Amino acid sequence: MLAFGIAKDIFGGSSVEVELPENGTIQSLKESLEDRYPRLKHLVSYMVAVNNEYSSDEALLTTRDEIAIIPPVSGG
Amino acid sequence: MTPQSGGIDVFIGTVRDATKGKAVVRLEFEAYEPMAIKEMQKIADEAFNKWPVQKLLIHHRTGMLEVGEVPVIIAVSCAHRDAAFDACRYVIDTLKQTVPIWKKEIFEDGEVWVAAHP
Repeated sequence: MLAFGIAKDIFGGSSVEVELPENGTIQSLKESLEDRYPRLKHLVSYMVAVNNEYSSDEALLTTRDEIAIIPPVSGG
Repeated sequence: MTPQSGGIDVFIGTVRDATKGKAVVRLEFEAYEPMAIKEMQKIADEAFNKWPVQKLLIHHRTGMLEVGEVPVIIAVSCAHRDAAFDACRYVIDTLKQTVPIWKKEIFEDGEVWVAAHP
C-alpha cells in the first residue's frame, strides 16, 4: 500500500503492509489502519485510491489492486 | 493556440513568502504521479466539455520550491475571453480539490502538510 503526504509521516514510510481478509472492503481497510495508526483519525479526511481511482468505502479489494492512502490534497 | 483562438488565459501559481502571517522558507510538493496525471486529464476533458476550449495546458512541479518559484501553470485558449477565463479558473480550482498532490510548508522552526488537519 502506498502512502503520501502526511499519511507517509503517520505510517513511517511511503509504503506499508497490512494483512486483510480476501475480499475485504475499503471500509475494513480503513478501520484496521485507524486501529494501528490512530493519528489517521485526526486528519480532516482521507480517501483510498484503488488502481489510481478514488474508491468508495464499499468497494472490495483484491490482491492485485494498487492501494494508496490519499490524505487531503493541497496542490496548486 | 490555434488560428481560431482569440486569446490565451494563463494562471501562474508562485510560492508566497508567508502563510497566515508566518514566514515560509520554501515549499515541498509531492505527487502520486500516475493518478495525478489521470485526474488532470479528467479536469481537462471536463473543461473541453463545458467550454469551447481550443488548447489547454496543465503543468505542476514536484520537489523543493523556493519563494518566487512556479509550482503550477494553467493555460487555456479559446475564441473569446469569457470562456478562457472561466475554464482557466475551473481547472485551477478543481486541481486544488481533486489532484493527488501535496504541499508541505517549511518554516524556520518546523514544517506542516497543508490542509491535513482541521
